[in-house]
Amino acid sequence: MTGYKNTGYEVVIGLEVHVELNTATKIFCNCSTAFGAEPNTHVCPVCSGMPGVLPVMNQKVLEKAVAAGLATNCTITQKCKFDRKNYFYPDLPKAYQTSQLYLPICRNGYVEIEGDEGPKKVRIHQIHMEEDAGKLNHDAKSGSTLIDYNRCGVPLLEIVSEPDMRSAEEVQAYLEKLKSTMEYLNVSDCKMQEGSMRADVNLSVRRVGDTELGTRTETKNMNSFKAIARAIEYEIFRQIEVIEDGGHVKQETRRWDDEKGIGYAMRSKENAHDYRYFPEPDLAPINISDAYLAEIAATIPELPDQKKERYMQDFKLSAYDAAQLTRSRRLAEIFEQTVALCDQPKEAANFLIGDCLRLLNAEGREAQSLDFSPENLAALLKLVAAGTINKTTAKAVFEKIYAENIDPAAYVKENGLEMMSDDGELDKLIAEVVDANPKSVADYKGGKKAAVGFLVGQVMKATKGKADAGKVNAKLQEILNK
Amino acid sequence: MREQTAKELREKLAAGEATACGLTKQYLAKIAAGDAAYHAFNTVNEAAAARAAAVDKQLAAGLATPLAGVPIAIKDNIATEDMPTTCSSKILEGFMSPYNATVVEKLTDAGAVILGKTNMDEFAMGSTTETSYTGVTKNPWNTAKVPGGSSGGSAAAVAAGLAPVALGSDTGGSIRQPCAYCGLTGIKPTYGAVSRYGLLAYGSSLDQIGPIAHTAADCAAVLQVIAGYDEKDSTSAKNVNFDFSTALHDNIAGKKIGLPRNYLGEGLNAEIRAGILAAAEQFAALGAEIEEFDMPMMDYAVPAYYIIASAEASSNLSRYDGIKYGYHPESFSDLEDLYLSARSEGFGPEVKRRIMLGTFALSSGYYDAYYQKALKVRALIRQAFDAAFDKYDAILSPVAPTTAPNLGESLSDPLAMYLSDIYTVAINLVGIPAISLPCGFDAAGMPIGMQLLGAVWSEEKLVNLAHAYQMHTDWHEQTPTHKEAE
Repeated sequence: MTGYKNTGYEVVIGLEVHVELNTATKIFCNCSTAFGAEPNTHVCPVCSGMPGVLPVMNQKVLEKAVAAGLATNCTITQKCKFDRKNYFYPDLPKAYQTSQLYLPICRNGYVEIEGDEGPKKVRIHQIHMEEDAGKLNHDAKSGSTLIDYNRCGVPLLEIVSEPDMRSAEEVQAYLEKLKSTMEYLNVSDCKMQEGSMRADVNLSVRRVGDTELGTRTETKNMNSFKAIARAIEYEIFRQIEVIEDGGHVKQETRRWDDEKGIGYAMRSKENAHDYRYFPEPDLAPINISDAYLAEIAATIPELPDQKKERYMQDFKLSAYDAAQLTRSRRLAEIFEQTVALCDQPKEAANFLIGDCLRLLNAEGREAQSLDFSPENLAALLKLVAAGTINKTTAKAVFEKIYAENIDPAAYVKENGLEMMSDDGELDKLIAEVVDANPKSVADYKGGKKAAVGFLVGQVMKATKGKADAGKVNAKLQEILNK
Repeated sequence: MREQTAKELREKLAAGEATACGLTKQYLAKIAAGDAAYHAFNTVNEAAAARAAAVDKQLAAGLATPLAGVPIAIKDNIATEDMPTTCSSKILEGFMSPYNATVVEKLTDAGAVILGKTNMDEFAMGSTTETSYTGVTKNPWNTAKVPGGSSGGSAAAVAAGLAPVALGSDTGGSIRQPCAYCGLTGIKPTYGAVSRYGLLAYGSSLDQIGPIAHTAADCAAVLQVIAGYDEKDSTSAKNVNFDFSTALHDNIAGKKIGLPRNYLGEGLNAEIRAGILAAAEQFAALGAEIEEFDMPMMDYAVPAYYIIASAEASSNLSRYDGIKYGYHPESFSDLEDLYLSARSEGFGPEVKRRIMLGTFALSSGYYDAYYQKALKVRALIRQAFDAAFDKYDAILSPVAPTTAPNLGESLSDPLAMYLSDIYTVAINLVGIPAISLPCGFDAAGMPIGMQLLGAVWSEEKLVNLAHAYQMHTDWHEQTPTHKEAE
């Protein structure tokens, strides 16, 4: 990942991130924004650009845009307006996108990230509201292109950063921070795979020590964090190579092909847009009062950074654990509710970070989609604390909670997973294991103290994992040391 | 004899002396017999008779709606579900809108019967109705002359007695100028008074739908119905509540009318000047105070208007790309060729000229010099009108520098055609209302029009002045058929 760091070049990256707002209806009409519907079923004369129609602003979009701006330390433009961005493409039925150029809703903000050299601020140049375009589906069989207007008019925020990032890792940290902030605000679900979060990467390189910026390119079409990292890596080396070969980087828009792992320049015609922006005459300018700002500010919940600080303070969690737990609003919710029920923050954190995140990763699932109840996790922690089950069993039970939200007490009982509480029974099994493994016993007595581990394992196996391994170990040592 | 007004038709219907079916049949017959001479209509409503029958049922049930049974013609840039909406353009030939314009819904709710869709300059771009793809409309006063434009079909229909009232749209004079050329009364309402939802946009910040009729009273009756806030149009004003019932009298004593000296100078036809001055005397005779003054910024209105209107049009007309609806070329090699073919074959020359003009004015590097400057001029013109309306209840102005020109005279010199909009376009830039009404005839027997301009939301005052004038003059009662009968 960081191979370029010894090349004598520095990388300068700014991002344009599109975030799809999770409003129920579109930005300028009442059509549903739901993802995945049959083509052209969420359309009306307005969003399909029929002659004579007019836009009407969805006030929820404004609320969410203002919340996003406040949470990213932006100044809200209290007199803002929309502009038209004109270009022809079949997925844009009006042949202009209603967007904001001259007076965007939010300006001059920042978010804090963990940078390559410690905490840093990535500045936000502006956030503006706009409408999404439709989707073209190219049918290879017939060679024709079909248009789906369902996405036309889905509200977007475009978040434009300053060129403040210096590596793919910082880009990732910035995107993660935006994603969690938007999730906390209930502004967007930020699913890259579904296209509800998209990032265009503006990147240039320069020799370390240079103060002038190099010529930048813009790379589009990455639909995962991994793809973004790969595209960045590719573009860095490509630009360095161009310069090293005595050439000049061309300012251009490039497209990333993640399957092939290469980026390529888009046709120059696609680059040569003059969007002829001008004020949208069909929408009145928006005036935002101080009272409105205060009202929105009051709805902003505790954000990830604040939560993280609080977890470290209140629950004595490490910075790493606190950061992991607060990355997703849903995960933090489960954590807090679990702790409220059983007061075992460390143990709850261990399950959620160690087991839960591992399971999510394996499935490629988002933490936002977690649906098991904190009551069940708390009950599980109580079973462990009471010595009813051991940790190995607890892990297995957690997997059941994660997948099926089972009631752990009932599940343990039905499946007979309780730890052996009958010492007589356990002593009998230990004696049998000792008798059956004279070699290990001899090894131990001969000084190979590690041999006890094998014996503990045998006892655990004989109890089907239901004994307390610590207790077994102690009992064995007692016998062997006699 | 003079044509019947909507008011008279409503009285007959109320008294049971006429039925909606009877009236509709009568007007449809007139259209069938007479429109070949004028080409006022692009489409005649085949459902009109059935619609009239429904209205008669409502009337019989005692359900009184404000325009019950009144036949009306609609300009072909207003969306209707049951008839094509074409803007008189090849690119929208046969286009069926999936929805009705708000004004169409309101008229229908008010009991009006839509007779058909009227011809117009293509996408309302023109001052003569000669840029129509469906053919020129002729002026019923003299079929060698244009009816004006762009609402020329609506004006010709009313002037020829093919409809008692009609809707037009006015972006830079498109209601008022055809009224002047055809001896009719028409209102360009305050911007935001009438919903634009369903009006196929030309210049979005300038367009307004308004009535065309013989009398100010009829215009008021229609405007009353179509005006009002529409949640589908964010630029429509809330709390619009016209009440014209108290405006229909001739008491205008003490009203102050400004007469801009510089509007009556060079470039204005002498007969029109005489007509305007005679009208001023008539107003004075009725008790109004007439005061001459100089209206500043007059020379800048036409260039500012053509930049703003064309810029908005270049964007508004981009959606006609041959992909979703409308004209689609039979063959094309790729996407760009499809766009090029659809638009170069689908649009006429005047529309292309304005799209290019507007595209240029918005291009990077020219935006500040043209569009931005035009917006500044617009603000200055607004200040000039604000100052004038601090002093006057209304401004009396010519509508056009000449009476109706001959067919074929105007298109060869587009610049001269644009300059002839000098008295009308400023009103749209500022968003104020104006009423156009007849005030005489020239030596060739063609109507002369005047307009009264007012501050925003002064429609009641303007109707009052126009109605008072019409109570004491009979220019509005003259019709082409009347003249022939003489």
